[in-house]
Amino acid sequence: MSDRLNVLKTYKLYVGGKFPRSESGRVYEVTDAKGKWLANAPLSSRKDARDAVVAARKAFGGWSGATAYNRGQILYRVAEMLEGRRDQYVREVAEAEGLSKSKAAEQVDAAIDRWVWYAGWTDKIAQVVGGGNPVAGPFFNLSSPEPTGVVAVLAPQESSFLGLVSVVAPVIATGNTAVVVASEKSPLPALSLGEVLATSDLPGGVVNILSGRTAEIAAPLAAHQDVNAIDLAGADEVLAKELEIAAADNLKRVLRPQPVDNWTATPGTDRMTAFLETKTVWHPTGSLGASGSAY
Amino acid sequence: MAPVFDYAPAPESRSIVDIASSYGLFIDGEFTEAADGKVFKTVSPSTEEVLAEVAEATEEDVDRAVKAARKAFEKWSALPGSERAKYLFRIARIIQERSRELAVLETLDNGKPIKETRDADLPLVAAHFFYYAGWADKLDHAGYGANPKPLGVAGQVIPWNFPLLMLAWKIAPALATGNTVVLKPAETTPLSALFFADICRQAGLPKGVVNILTGDGRAGAALIAHPDVNKVAFTGSTAVGKEIARTVAGTRKKVTLELGGKGANIVFDDAPIDQAVEGIVNGIFFNQGQVCCAGSRLLVQESVQDELLDSLKRRLSTLRLGDPLDKNTDIGAINSAEQLARITKLADLGEAEGAERWSPACELPENGYWFAPTLFTNVTQAHTVARDEIFGPVLSVLTFRTPDEAVAKANNTPYGLSAGIWTEKGSRILAVANKLRAGVIWSNTFNKFDPTSPFGGYKESGFGREGGRHGLEAYLDV
Repeated sequence: MSDRLNVLKTYKLYVGGKFPRSESGRVYEVTDAKGKWLANAPLSSRKDARDAVVAARKAFGGWSGATAYNRGQILYRVAEMLEGRRDQYVREVAEAEGLSKSKAAEQVDAAIDRWVWYAGWTDKIAQVVGGGNPVAGPFFNLSSPEPTGVVAVLAPQESSFLGLVSVVAPVIATGNTAVVVASEKSPLPALSLGEVLATSDLPGGVVNILSGRTAEIAAPLAAHQDVNAIDLAGADEVLAKELEIAAADNLKRVLRPQPVDNWTATPGTDRMTAFLETKTVWHPTGSLGASGSAY
Repeated sequence: MAPVFDYAPAPESRSIVDIASSYGLFIDGEFTEAADGKVFKTVSPSTEEVLAEVAEATEEDVDRAVKAARKAFEKWSALPGSERAKYLFRIARIIQERSRELAVLETLDNGKPIKETRDADLPLVAAHFFYYAGWADKLDHAGYGANPKPLGVAGQVIPWNFPLLMLAWKIAPALATGNTVVLKPAETTPLSALFFADICRQAGLPKGVVNILTGDGRAGAALIAHPDVNKVAFTGSTAVGKEIARTVAGTRKKVTLELGGKGANIVFDDAPIDQAVEGIVNGIFFNQGQVCCAGSRLLVQESVQDELLDSLKRRLSTLRLGDPLDKNTDIGAINSAEQLARITKLADLGEAEGAERWSPACELPENGYWFAPTLFTNVTQAHTVARDEIFGPVLSVLTFRTPDEAVAKANNTPYGLSAGIWTEKGSRILAVANKLRAGVIWSNTFNKFDPTSPFGGYKESGFGREGGRHGLEAYLDV
């Protein structure tokens, strides 16, 4: 054991593929489960939230237009990068959630496996939830899922990493872009996730990560006219109701908070389908007559 | 252009339908008066003739209906799906048997042409029940996991533009999945829902499974806010939809909203002009344009604008406006004085803002609520007639030069319900359809509906889908 003084990391936001501090210049003290100082995390402002929405919107066209195979490869790359930093996340999660090394390792392993799980979904969900419709007429008729757009995601407050991954991965797997509000008390694993995303070929702006007071950041996101949906996982009952009311103003798709006892359980498709639209396209089929000509 | 041949009147007989002078609320299998005895009149929009008096539901009546639905839920949801299916098949068959009667009734109460109620509304109503009947005992295979559960009592509020069809879209999937319903038809078109109550009686549907409350917006609001309602389904204006979304915030109620639209109908220079013209006419003049998915914005490629508009104007001159019961009528009456006032105001605003207004020579009947088919040209994206949903026979014409510009203009709206694409080029159809932010895209056709085909909007046109396998989700606890 040397007595070398270690180099501390300045935790920063992840917005538009860059690592800015809060424009407000504010930070707040983040401690471990026992109250020991860990870091000063950015205390994001409303302006940071709006900047993140701009970045997410800018990234939406490219990300939603990428092939599902390409999105799958990038999400798998995220898992690869996480695996390489496994020890770091185990330490961060142990500190954040007051877990033993082995319990924290279970959380991190499950989170990495979850990226792999969702990486495989990108090019399968359309076949599962879309398909041809046998209409009673001479028409080709096809329903396909499409991402709803920019999704504000309030990450779970307790499960700082596995919970976070479990709500972010399904949103972007289908082509949405996200503005993520990290766990208020334990934002460090989320802020570190930004560093992994930045080195996984994920285009800048697809995931934007903010730390700070959930209520303060969520309010402008819920009211924002260029946000299409909001996942309220990290909101308590009172805040969730307020945000749902604000979200009605442009009819955001709202995923209400649901009790989750165990984030390690295999998720269903619900967190993907909550942020999908169904587009149905019709075209006449005509009929091939003797002349061979259609419509 | 003078018609070469004149048409003799060809009215459908109204004797096939027997409208009583008054109707009560249908609660727990019985027709009853409103708690405070209040009634209101429903008129025929084409003549202003009073058709009947119907009860005006109060909050107390809403509570009574929800209680009846709750009571019925226990047994109804416990029935084997195959039994629920048979009730729905019965309903579908009875609707087919009484189809002509219901078509005439709907035309009388709504004002839309008999051609439409007979050939579009009623066949689709029966088909919808027939389709969802078949799902009732196959829910395990619908992709929502094994043995998906119903939600409970569904509160459903529907509009006046397709009264019976919207009822079918709401009630058929709700019952198939094992829910019970309280449905409020629109204030101006209550009759077909009350006749449907009689169909439930003929089908032997258990009491309380379907309850019909006539009344105005207050009854609808009370129904949606009722604490014992588990599911809210609404079709109507975006403003009311937003109010509903606020009302249900913080509850466990599941919500689907099918709201307004400002659909773009995009015509490229290689489109078959005659077919496109028919599609444009269908897109905006079907049901007097009182259609949420109407193609109310025509986006035409600049190079074919003149040719297309000439053809379109020529075609509009042949449309026949008048007695909705006449089998040759293309354009019927506007549903209410209130709606007519709204259309008139928005059209006048279009003129005031500098758009060019055109209508064919068209004689409007003296009584009733009428509005001539209307075109606006020289419309920019900033004009009110290009932005606001008019919900009437008014088409705003804009132009574009490139496919990218067409897509940008089409998507430049808070709505996202429908769009149309007219071109002979397959790859262009697919490319444009991909980029349009709308729930239903009709290419080289328009305003086609089918019970198997999911319908619903993006953005402020609402959320959730009706129709098809997708439509089941709205009524299942999944």
